Amino acid sequence: MALNVRKFDAVVVGAGGSGLRAALQLSTAGLKTAVLTKVFPTRSHTVAAQGGVGASLGNMGEDSWHWHMYDTVKGSDWLGDQDAIEFMCRTAPEAVIELEHYGMPFDRNDNGTIYQRPFGGHSMNFGEKPVQRSCCAADRTGHAMLHTLYQRNVFANTQFFVEWMALDLIRDAEGAVVGVTALEMETGETMIFHAKATLFATGGAGRIFASSTNALINTGDGAGMAARAGIPLEDMEFWQFHPTGVAGAGVLITEGVRGEGGILLNKDGERFMERYAPTMKDLASRDVVSRAMATEIKDGRGAGPNNDYILLKLDHLGPDVINKRLPGIRESAIKFANVDPVKEPIPVVPTCHYQMGGIPTNYKGEVIVPKGGNPNSVVPGFYAAGECGCASIHGANRLGTNSLTDLLVMGKSAGDSTIAYVKAHGTHRDLPKDAGDYTLSRLNRLETQKSGESVFEVGNAMRQAMQAHCGVFRFPDMLEKGVAKIKEVAERCKHTEIKDKSKVFNTARIEALEQDNLMEVALATMISAEARKESRGAHDRADFKDREGYPNGRDDKEWLRHTLWYKEGNRLDYKPVNLKPLTVETIPPKARVY
Amino acid sequence: MVNPVKKADRTPVGAHYGWQDWLAQRVTAAIMVLFSVVFIGFFAVHGSVTYAQWKMLFGSNLFRILTLLFLLSVYYHAWIGIRDVLMDYVKPTGIRLALQVGVLLFLVACTIWSFSILWGTY
Amino acid sequence: MKFIIERFDPDKDAKPYFKEYDIQLEPTDKMLLDALIRIKSVDDSLALRRSCREGVCGSDAMNINGKNGLACVTKIADLPDVVKLRPLPGLPIIRDLIVDMTQFFKQYHSITPFVINNDPPPEKERLQSPVDRAELDGLYECILCACCSTSCPSFWWNPDKFVGPAGLLAAYRFIADTRDQATNERLDNLEDPYRLFRCHTIMNCVDVCPKGLNPSLAIGKIKEMMVKRGV
Repeated sequence: MALNVRKFDAVVVGAGGSGLRAALQLSTAGLKTAVLTKVFPTRSHTVAAQGGVGASLGNMGEDSWHWHMYDTVKGSDWLGDQDAIEFMCRTAPEAVIELEHYGMPFDRNDNGTIYQRPFGGHSMNFGEKPVQRSCCAADRTGHAMLHTLYQRNVFANTQFFVEWMALDLIRDAEGAVVGVTALEMETGETMIFHAKATLFATGGAGRIFASSTNALINTGDGAGMAARAGIPLEDMEFWQFHPTGVAGAGVLITEGVRGEGGILLNKDGERFMERYAPTMKDLASRDVVSRAMATEIKDGRGAGPNNDYILLKLDHLGPDVINKRLPGIRESAIKFANVDPVKEPIPVVPTCHYQMGGIPTNYKGEVIVPKGGNPNSVVPGFYAAGECGCASIHGANRLGTNSLTDLLVMGKSAGDSTIAYVKAHGTHRDLPKDAGDYTLSRLNRLETQKSGESVFEVGNAMRQAMQAHCGVFRFPDMLEKGVAKIKEVAERCKHTEIKDKSKVFNTARIEALEQDNLMEVALATMISAEARKESRGAHDRADFKDREGYPNGRDDKEWLRHTLWYKEGNRLDYKPVNLKPLTVETIPPKARVY
Repeated sequence: MVNPVKKADRTPVGAHYGWQDWLAQRVTAAIMVLFSVVFIGFFAVHGSVTYAQWKMLFGSNLFRILTLLFLLSVYYHAWIGIRDVLMDYVKPTGIRLALQVGVLLFLVACTIWSFSILWGTY
Repeated sequence: MKFIIERFDPDKDAKPYFKEYDIQLEPTDKMLLDALIRIKSVDDSLALRRSCREGVCGSDAMNINGKNGLACVTKIADLPDVVKLRPLPGLPIIRDLIVDMTQFFKQYHSITPFVINNDPPPEKERLQSPVDRAELDGLYECILCACCSTSCPSFWWNPDKFVGPAGLLAAYRFIADTRDQATNERLDNLEDPYRLFRCHTIMNCVDVCPKGLNPSLAIGKIKEMMVKRGV
């Protein structure tokens, strides 16, 4: 059975922040563009971002993109590529202003400029003291941003394919990307989208962990598709655990709470962050705060009947500030933690939040792979932006607010690169003869599978393995066992069975296909983590602790390099970190102290 | 969910009336309330009303005009209300138009009748 | 706990029917969505939309014991022993709890949902005072879940012509924005016996909104502006 083919100049997969930002470029440039999205655009996970978007506008006092860049490099524990970081921090103010012109309802200062709040790891004058850099719309910045971007796309007449799930990447004999296969959920029909350029903006895969702030749709579809098509995944061992997820529920409580003056307390009512980060205190980088919290809990100083959570106190801010700046988190705390933060502290624990790694790209959003001795050879016709891409801006740990900055800057940049490529290449490359076969064989396997396990069971096994073996603290023996375990789960994943065979909106089928993608990400994560023999940023190993020449267990001689995981044979490769920015001096590695 | 737009799907909008009717409905309602208060007040003051008192009341042109205003308000208010109901429940244009014309003629007839009641000779 | 769920798969069913589930919940199942995921782990054919599971994406709107709401922010503890679930009323059912929202989004799109400002963009942000910005509070937070529009009788009768509470709330969000220059055109676009004035202030929208917004108030303000403009 041959699949129907539709031809477009460009296909964008995903309609979250970066997908919409990229699509806006493409539509405005007049390219015939299809935007495929699993959910209606405003349901994408960008909607859940709360605290703000980082840009050195300097509305609240002096600020500069150089400081933002320094903070981001330091936050990344020097694993971030400094060209990409410079590009993002330098372009951020213009990206935010542009969004304001599109109608984003930012909070305002008395003089009418955009209000900015302090945020973790953002500092003045290269680490001196906290700075107000996070441009926000109360604690609903992501929501306001996603809706604004969608609205602007309505203005630009972007063509959306809503509730279409991309299934596989199509590459030709030369390795160029020529489109994707995709499934229309409502009808169950599969189709080939033949494109001159394909741009992935599929978001993260935080659902590989049992406890996650991520939406249920964050299943790493882009990463999975890329991995199956032979493209490596970069730095997948680095996962951000957000310090403040509601204990038990995993729902996010923004770092903006601490930006506005909220503090973390242990069971003795001690503001313990003063011990771990004397300068930045509760506003230290996320990996540092999460580790401090986990240490407090581990040492028996957690609050609650089981001493298993930390308290986030903000009642001292007063109801006015809470209702004006943090109304959404008050709502979440009441609903999910049964506490009103105006009166009581919120019980929180570090919760999986963000995927620092992803599909390797440069700062232009072009996907790059090692080829013929060049570690950064461009894959023709393939682009990635946002959480699914790894430019690498966030390195080993992302700063709060930089995800929204990343998706704006990289979405636009990848969009522009796509336009340039499409304009330079007039015609479509030919589709390979067997273009849809791989997808059809996967669908057929699922259709005919007998006596397999349910997706739910396999998924649970994966989530538990990841949580137990690859969490905030990582241990060498646990990682080793984790690799064996996750490989075993991956075997089971090949035989998932669904009972529902309907063509119409078959969510069982969707979830099975999503599980396939999650599985690739889980494998990449566990195997990359086991192999990285150091502690860096969010990757904290018990066998590599702070010692002379190895600040916080970091080994710059051996491990100042990016991991590349290939699906085929679970092979690992490495490539150097780009320490050379575009126009300024390198920020050399040093010990990370907050 | 990408459906081609059929020509019939295009709904022209902006009939450029609406707020006048909406406002009129509220103004007429206010007049109806006001008149009702005066009328009920009259009965409250006089207790049981004799024919002579009744005749005197309607003998004054002022009260006749007030009553006419009230009745016109009722008719216009009713027209907007019934038209809205017909818009909601009667979809075929021909039948709806026929019913609307019927209602309209009835209300115009009522208006003429009101004049004859108020200023007729008995 | 007992759940009675309306099921319909056009691939095999002639018409919708109710299916009962008696399900043992885990202590970690706090919200209705958790219970539905639990049911789905037993019967994978139950179809529903869901995403953020914290009430910000607007995917899992459904009719819960006769009232529209989001499954992910409806506490199981607040529900009676028997829970009856139906898809949102007034829109065509695609399957089970999934409805076709085309009409709903068409109305949203019909109000030109973007800021219109024809002045050349300044180098910096367009200034807006905190007071002017506060005008947008209670408007921009809408998550387009459709709980309101699908609980509105006026929207049931005229989904093609009445914009509905969600769309009108959005319309006022742009009218209220000091950066928007198209107030007149926006009012023209709504000056019609159906689009705006089908709202008879029934207030179901206010009653069901999971974000606590008040479309009726916004609609009232638009009407007020029209009258002010007209007289």
